[in-house]
Amino acid sequence: MNVVVLLKQVPDTESLIEINAAADGIKAENLKWIMNPYDELAVEEAIRIREKRASGKVTVLSFGPERATTAIRTALAMGADEGVLINDPALGKTDPMLTAKVLAAALKTLPFDLVVAGQRAVDDDSYSVPSAVAEYLGIPMIGMVVRQEINAGTIRCEQSLQDGTAVVEADLPALLTTQRGLNQPRYASLPNIMKAKKKPLETRNLAAIGLDAAQFGPGALKTRILSLAFPPQRKVCKMIPGETAEEKSARLVQALHEEAGVL
Amino acid sequence: MPNGILVVTEYADERFRRSAYEVVSEGRRLANQLNTPLSAVVLGSDVLAAAAELKHYGADRVLVCDAPELRDFDSDRFTSILFDIVTTRQPRIVLFSASIRDKQLATRLAAKLDAGLAMECTGLALEGEKLIATRSMYGSKLIARVAIEGSPQIAVLRPNVFPAATVESAGDVERVEFKPADARVRLIEKKPSASKLDLTEADVVVSGGRGMGGPDFSVLERLAGLLGGAIGATRSAVDEGWRPHADQVGQTGKVVSPKLYVACGISGAVQHMAGMGLSGCIVAINTDPDAPIFRYADYGIIGSLFDLVPAITQEIERRREVK
Repeated sequence: MNVVVLLKQVPDTESLIEINAAADGIKAENLKWIMNPYDELAVEEAIRIREKRASGKVTVLSFGPERATTAIRTALAMGADEGVLINDPALGKTDPMLTAKVLAAALKTLPFDLVVAGQRAVDDDSYSVPSAVAEYLGIPMIGMVVRQEINAGTIRCEQSLQDGTAVVEADLPALLTTQRGLNQPRYASLPNIMKAKKKPLETRNLAAIGLDAAQFGPGALKTRILSLAFPPQRKVCKMIPGETAEEKSARLVQALHEEAGVL
Repeated sequence: MPNGILVVTEYADERFRRSAYEVVSEGRRLANQLNTPLSAVVLGSDVLAAAAELKHYGADRVLVCDAPELRDFDSDRFTSILFDIVTTRQPRIVLFSASIRDKQLATRLAAKLDAGLAMECTGLALEGEKLIATRSMYGSKLIARVAIEGSPQIAVLRPNVFPAATVESAGDVERVEFKPADARVRLIEKKPSASKLDLTEADVVVSGGRGMGGPDFSVLERLAGLLGGAIGATRSAVDEGWRPHADQVGQTGKVVSPKLYVACGISGAVQHMAGMGLSGCIVAINTDPDAPIFRYADYGIIGSLFDLVPAITQEIERRREVK
């Protein structure tokens, strides 16, 4: 049972995000980078699948710049076996669909029975890469999984829906995305962090996964960020005065009625 | 030459999602500007009669695929039907609402068509022929203006942001034949949640954080119930096991934009703000006057939520009785 985890390195969610001079991207310097939180669940689940069967391999696949190796190393320290980073100097800007094409091409060069991905990356919040990868690979996709069980070539999952959950089943190979509640990702222990330094981590360019870099120029982008801005500042908070809870509540409800018009 | 706007609506549990009306209304607005026809798609079982309702939101034509095998959502089947509709009718713009289901559908459709896609849009504008989307990124810390390239241009609209507006329209309903694709993901069992009201579609969300001190959210439930709202929770409240993951609002939970968000015992971590920062009006209730939540809220009250929330509930009830 071979599992590939799709991993993205994202700015720490605590980070102060600054806009670059061209206002079409963020300042990447001075940021702390972490593994996308939903991908931690994916790494953990993949490791548990391997541990349960005591066979197979967990490969972590990422598409990103050189610094993304740090996030891959973290996954290796958690217990993944190998890392592959797709990085090509010929690549400029990317978008979710392009990223999905690259990841799908890389997956075609890796043995897998299951692909596990975070349901979304918390930087671009596009929610698109996993579904598009499944589409490009022609494999079934099960989104927002909170529980899974594999039996003889079939995966059964409980998934979050808009209004409840569903239990569904698909034949492998398949792709699933993680939802909070699936597991509690482990921390990497110090000995495992040391061990992870010796685990294989390979960087491949586009040619190595059978893609032509010339087709990944700026013209290939399907969504382009024209400009970035900070959201409008909210007005200063009005603190509701009063001696008692009743008094404060009466003032608040009045304000919500008469000023805000929301009640 | 691609022409027309196509909107995909979600019909589930014998009703349209509220966001279906929002997406049809936004489609109407764009169709008027482009002077182009607006079609709405409905996929489901026994939906023919209900489908006509979308005419009241401005659909010139409602395309209906009605069959028992479309009663439950199936990603493969629905994607293949939409792909056929889009390749036959060649719309220039396709709109979806950003539900769990339709985010997946829109992405698969875009991949099949090699088309551009903007997810969780909070605004759409036409610049000449081009559709420009506004969407938030980096946990709502930034707002991006995004150009959608290729054809059709696909935009997925965040629920509860675009207004739904009824209009007189002399639309017609057309039944569309389709070839049912094989479903590779088999539905074994559906477990509906107790609450029918989805957090992302609720006008009012009453949320609790660490200050709740335990799993008893009954004071919040009474206020939410009175206002027809839904209950939300912070990550720490969910991690404590006080609420299910489905209730989590934030960067690793749901993103909501209700008209009124009541934050109870919530300190206001940036990751929580990422999920509710675009709410219409934010009320914060906290015992700590220095809690960061007061920097984002419109109205703040310092005090115990266990005193204040029941008092607020009572005050709203009192006012309603006076009327």
